[in-house]
Amino acid sequence: MLRFVLVRLLQSIPVLFTVITATFFLIRQAPGGPFDADKPVIPAVKRALEAKYNLDLPMWQQYLNYLGDLLRGDMGPSFKYPGWAVHDLILSGLPATAELALYALLVAIIVGVLAGVCAALKPNTAQDYIPMSVAMLGICMPTFLLGPLLVLVFGFWLNWLPISGWGDLPGDKIMPSITLGAAYAAYVARLTRGGMLDVMSQDYIRTARAKGLPERVVVFKHALRGGLIPTIAFLGPAFAGLLAGSFVVETIFQIPGLGRFYVQAAFNRDYTMILGTTIFLSTLIIFFNLLSDLLATWMNPKLRHQLRGQSV
Amino acid sequence: MALLSVRNLTTSFHTRNGVTTAVDDVSFELKKGEVLAIVGESGSGKSMCCYSVLGLVPSPPGKIESGTALFDGRDLLAMSAAELQSIRGTDIAMIFQDPMTCLNPFLTIGEQLIEPLVYNRQKTRHQAKYRAIELMRETGIDRPEQRFNSYPHEFSGGMRQRVMIAMALITEPKLLIADEPTTALDVTVQAQILSLILELQKTRDLAVIFVSHDLAVVRGLAHKVLVMKGGRVVERNATSNIFRSPQHAYTQQLLAAVPRGEKTSEDLSQSRTVLAVSKLNVSFLDRNSGKRLTAVDDVSFELQKNEILGLVGESGSGKSTIGRSILKLVPADSGQVHFAGRELLRLREREMRLLRPQLQMIFQDPYASLNPRRTVFDTLAEPLLYHGLAKRSNIEHQVLALMDDVGLARTAIRKYPHEFSGGQRQRIAIGRAISTRPELIIADEPVSALDVTIQKQILELIIQLVEKHSLSMLFISHDLAVVRSLCDRVMVLQRGRILEVNRTENLWSNPQHRYTQSLLESVPQIES
Repeated sequence: MLRFVLVRLLQSIPVLFTVITATFFLIRQAPGGPFDADKPVIPAVKRALEAKYNLDLPMWQQYLNYLGDLLRGDMGPSFKYPGWAVHDLILSGLPATAELALYALLVAIIVGVLAGVCAALKPNTAQDYIPMSVAMLGICMPTFLLGPLLVLVFGFWLNWLPISGWGDLPGDKIMPSITLGAAYAAYVARLTRGGMLDVMSQDYIRTARAKGLPERVVVFKHALRGGLIPTIAFLGPAFAGLLAGSFVVETIFQIPGLGRFYVQAAFNRDYTMILGTTIFLSTLIIFFNLLSDLLATWMNPKLRHQLRGQSV
Repeated sequence: MALLSVRNLTTSFHTRNGVTTAVDDVSFELKKGEVLAIVGESGSGKSMCCYSVLGLVPSPPGKIESGTALFDGRDLLAMSAAELQSIRGTDIAMIFQDPMTCLNPFLTIGEQLIEPLVYNRQKTRHQAKYRAIELMRETGIDRPEQRFNSYPHEFSGGMRQRVMIAMALITEPKLLIADEPTTALDVTVQAQILSLILELQKTRDLAVIFVSHDLAVVRGLAHKVLVMKGGRVVERNATSNIFRSPQHAYTQQLLAAVPRGEKTSEDLSQSRTVLAVSKLNVSFLDRNSGKRLTAVDDVSFELQKNEILGLVGESGSGKSTIGRSILKLVPADSGQVHFAGRELLRLREREMRLLRPQLQMIFQDPYASLNPRRTVFDTLAEPLLYHGLAKRSNIEHQVLALMDDVGLARTAIRKYPHEFSGGQRQRIAIGRAISTRPELIIADEPVSALDVTIQKQILELIIQLVEKHSLSMLFISHDLAVVRSLCDRVMVLQRGRILEVNRTENLWSNPQHRYTQSLLESVPQIES
């Protein structure tokens, strides 16, 4: 197991390196720079600013400097928020974004797994078609449509839930979580349905029925373990996608999260901020992929054995 | 009074392509302590009979149309799902064909064993575990306390079937339904499992329904036999009568299809050597332990022109690996394979490709080894065109000649594999193998997936083709009766080593090695 994890971590080094390099040079290709504002800046001031942040050095030197700083754990200062370091900004936005992503993931798992299991138990009946059609709708509906729709219905018409904020009013976390989690719930439902259908036709399910086990035991004890494996393998990429994709929801509901910084940094050409956020999110994506792979492997006793075997 | 009395059972499947009747007006009775065998080929409805009685027919598309099944005086077919479920878990138990797929790979053996007691008999897990370990010991699973927490993949096929049996008997049922319980097992393991079932049946005075396609297996076990064909019972009689004087033509056909007797082998030692294998070694890397496991251990043999050489061993003995490494489908560690004046193991892939037309292979599973998207014509024409053995202008003529050779109707030329039965598919596979006029064919269990009647036809076809085209064949099989009826010489393989090689008649009359003797003794006999 330890070896498995180590190998995967080593494999992620070139991935991260490529991400850093590509982002570093791509962002420099974008027209404009961090100190081009709406009002023209006096050339001398701009030069002084660029010199202060070493932007006047040759590109390759800036790149090497950045890599050196990164190795020391320094993501550099933000160009747009003077006095703030990039990692401070990331850490300030992270809690809200992480919490939002976590709740959205819970929504996705609970709704998705239930819908998927329901559909798989009676394939090609109304019990299958209805949740799967809703799931398709969930995949197709963009968050910038679903969010305002929920706000309209539950915020204005029914007046049940607060329409914005994060942790200020009771219940204000519900709508953002549902908005962000909906599309992922739909994916989870489809994956779960497929996995369960596959497992339900296995011989060992027939054995379980022949043993006279109640249907709930057959479904939830015998079938679900195998049926959930594709879903679990999907959860890692899903959580990473939730973290990185929360910008729209954060904007709609005015949540002080990471997504906001990310998009603003791109608009502002805040080079260090873009790089910092990209590296941070890439690391998280790699980490969560590893985690869900480990979990999916652990769920299968045969592969679990191999994990153990490798650790010796 | 009968324990189980089935009257006029009819089960059919309603699909888009119409209604097929799987079980057609079947009636039978079974008393306490009696063993009933239901025999027939695949698709005869023998398994569906049992599934119908237990409410295990997948519905839809399956539907029980009519009939009654009185078990202890209560009609199983009229019961609610909940009532039937409680009977399944307690009074009637079932074991299935393939112990590899019938146990849940995600749950421990112990967990699966105690479930019937915990959910149907309201026993505590502790009591259930105690009982389970007792039964594991009784069914011949050693170190049951430790094995209790093992997962199915840590068990061999035979051990898993023992677990299945223990699981079925844990609620002390009155009736055990065994659906081809030994078909997927090696012959020695089959003999052990059969004697275990017989012993448990006797000590518990159990009623057993034993479903099988193999009459020989049933012989030493059943009191009476039901022969089924096309969903109908064609003959029913006491076991001894079925074997002594089968009434129905189909029963006679089934009995005649059981391979028996031995080929009167010719002495081919003077004829030309086609294939010479010497000191072949093959090993695989075991990912779990990182060690290399020896699959083929210092194997040497020669194969003469026109000879069918049998290679016999249990699963895992390395017999398939030998066949594949000769064809360079798996890499060998060392050794030499001489064929057509060349040493194959040293050949480059390009040189080997030139030789491949002369060296062909037939695989076990005709369902998996044919490309489902290619018609018979595509499958048979491809090697001919690729190796330049036919021109586009006369290819159809050649393909039709091949189809005649292997007994396929000419009209089937544009059909796809799924439109054929298993036996016909194997004919296609054989046609493909002989299409390039090979000198040597390696046949890896070519009849193991087939029903006994179809198996007989394919074996006859093989003999006929070997004669007609002066082929030589390495025939790999675990089925000794088949090998005996087909092969000139036989090699016995155990754990990658050849234990003995002999002319077929000598091997059977005078087996040298103890392992060979035990193999021969395990084969179920149709004659006493």
